[in-house]
Amino acid sequence: MATSSPASVTPAQAASRPPFRHRHLLGISQLNQYEIVDLLDRAEAMIPISRQERKILPTLAGKTQINLFFENSTRTQSSFEIAGKRLGAQVTNMSVKTSSVAKGETLIDTAATLNAMRPDVIIVRHGASGAVELLSQKVGCSVINAGDGAHEHPTQALLDALTIRQHKGYLAGLTVAICGDIANSRVARSNLLLLGAMQVRTRVVAPRTLIPRGIEALTPEVYTDMRKGLEGADVVMMLRLQHERASGRMIPSIREYYHFYGLDAEKLSYAKPDAIVMHPGPMNRGVEIDPAIADGPRSVINEQVEMGVAVRMAVLDALLADREAAA
Amino acid sequence: MSKSVVISNARIVDPATDRDSPGAILVEKGKIAGLTNGAPQGIPDGAEHYDAGGMVVAPGLIDMRVFTGEPGHEYRETLQSAAAAAAAGGVTSFVLMPDTTPVIDDGALVDFLLRRAGATASVNILPAAAITRGLRGEEITEFGLLKEAGAVALTDGRHSIQSAALLRSAFSYAANFDLPVIHHVAEQSLVGEGVMNEGTLATVSGLKGIPIEAETIPLARDLQLAALTGVRYHAAQISTGAAVELIAAAKRRNRSISAGISINNLALNENDVAPYRTFYKLSPPLRSEDDRQAVIEGLKSGAIDTIHSAHDPQDSEVKRQPFAEASDGAVGLETLLAAALRLHHSGDVPLLTLLRAMTSRPAEILGLKSGRLAIGAPADIIIVDVDFPWVVKERELRSRSRNTAFEGARMQGAVMHTFVAGKPVFSHSATREGAAA
Repeated sequence: MATSSPASVTPAQAASRPPFRHRHLLGISQLNQYEIVDLLDRAEAMIPISRQERKILPTLAGKTQINLFFENSTRTQSSFEIAGKRLGAQVTNMSVKTSSVAKGETLIDTAATLNAMRPDVIIVRHGASGAVELLSQKVGCSVINAGDGAHEHPTQALLDALTIRQHKGYLAGLTVAICGDIANSRVARSNLLLLGAMQVRTRVVAPRTLIPRGIEALTPEVYTDMRKGLEGADVVMMLRLQHERASGRMIPSIREYYHFYGLDAEKLSYAKPDAIVMHPGPMNRGVEIDPAIADGPRSVINEQVEMGVAVRMAVLDALLADREAAA
Repeated sequence: MSKSVVISNARIVDPATDRDSPGAILVEKGKIAGLTNGAPQGIPDGAEHYDAGGMVVAPGLIDMRVFTGEPGHEYRETLQSAAAAAAAGGVTSFVLMPDTTPVIDDGALVDFLLRRAGATASVNILPAAAITRGLRGEEITEFGLLKEAGAVALTDGRHSIQSAALLRSAFSYAANFDLPVIHHVAEQSLVGEGVMNEGTLATVSGLKGIPIEAETIPLARDLQLAALTGVRYHAAQISTGAAVELIAAAKRRNRSISAGISINNLALNENDVAPYRTFYKLSPPLRSEDDRQAVIEGLKSGAIDTIHSAHDPQDSEVKRQPFAEASDGAVGLETLLAAALRLHHSGDVPLLTLLRAMTSRPAEILGLKSGRLAIGAPADIIIVDVDFPWVVKERELRSRSRNTAFEGARMQGAVMHTFVAGKPVFSHSATREGAAA
């Protein structure tokens, strides 16, 4: 089903691909298995563009892309900016810093204002679950969710899947352990949805205080013991712990958290010998992950960043160029 | 002085006497002056005659929980617009929550409300006063003076008092003046940043959940303090099966406690929230279907005494927001009866039980003479076509705010006429001519 070689999609095959049928990318939950494979294939075809001397495939020439970030995120915002620019789009960054109370008030107003500037796509990150979907209802262009609250972060899940596929050659049948702050993680939710749709065996590993009620709807395998949770895993996906928020309430201390749930060589030894280690960044070295592991040979964290640009190029291209071609 | 009124050919449904039988009603000087089985004993000269055509004639509804925006937020709702909505929904009296700007925590403000209501509102408005000054949960208000000014009950409205010691003191002092205390129970530390029922739906949506224990833990505390102090205690609105069990157990030992429920928690469940529909963001939150079934059983068993609308007008500014940032609440005066009748039509709850929870029980809890069809009682009466089909359309609502949780809902049952003290304040045919077809 999934292909591994970047050369597997020829231009002819790409031309015969059915157009992407969505106007927005708000979450993995809106995608079926075929659409996920399609996006991963498209992203794979984008990888060489970023590796060549002149990094440009101007399918979005003349298009306007606005990055609207209500939460700071240097890496995701840069990734979307670079992806858009490599496709030839004109990219504007808007960082909206507001108090949490004023946030919502500006959301609809901001949407209306930006809409009047006639962008072709708005990339939105917002601290409230569902905020991006709300904004998408108020604008006439495509909207990509770059993370909404603890809900979804679809391009992160796509780039994670692409990274796994690049390393393992396929997805179905693999075992992926997602470890850490499941309760507050949109990355975990999008990954559980995507990997579940692709017949990947998923597990979550965390102390009970960081596992939300009803998580069984997303994965049946819930572990509180990290060694058991990692046993036989092909992929170990670490999550960032918001330790400023969690300390003293959800976990007693970073020391104890690291002792039981920090990824070190000893715990990693329970996973398969060829298991890869992932992290969506930014990392807390020494909190959820041993620096030696983060920078070690099994870490694919930097490749995730590279795949991020390819995935975002593919999503932008699917939403904008395809729609134009179909129109 | 209002004209005499005769309502004939009626199916008289009076929960106070368990009556559901044909008859006629004579109204004179704003009070019920005659009740007959079968045809009326003549029609007095000049009396207005209503042929109910076999429709249900019942006491006007008493809604235990209504918010307006007057004073302070008149763009959301005034006493006048709330009363118009109430009349259209068959609500002839409602308890007004003190959550206004300023907060109703002073006798002069109760007096102001009563005078404003008398001048502008077509139904009976019963002010409830704050338990604590400014609803801050710190110092109790002047219960005695508030009662003298006309407050029917004490409540901190949307707010839940967290200190057990303060509650004990408030309950004792309220018992001293024989004022009922209506308390919304929510353990703030467990509610936390929660915005909907805790469980799978919240987790999948990435929303923080509110566990049922946020309701049951403070409820258990309140019930013990009620027993300790002898206060007339009314749990403002419960939403869970576990709370029903607590109330039922406490009622076996203490007869001065009662419990209410919002029609929203009887008619809707957490599935209605998805995806991020803020008009279903309520406090207490919509719970699971299991809990909804349990509270319906609680209503039938008598553990739950009253059904209210929880009418809470919010403008689109504060409602059309990301879910976690949107305000709680929905309007409900105009849909209370129709939504309740769903439980009658589905065979879940008998009509008398439903109407009792909106007429005689609230009247007993508040010590009102209304809420029953008895000679000498105020002629607050509704004529209801329990089968009338209609669709809720927010633009047709009389409330100044349109945040209904029933937009587009198909309803069966509508109020045809509403009388307050014998005076017609709403007529279905007059206002919906043509629209109903």
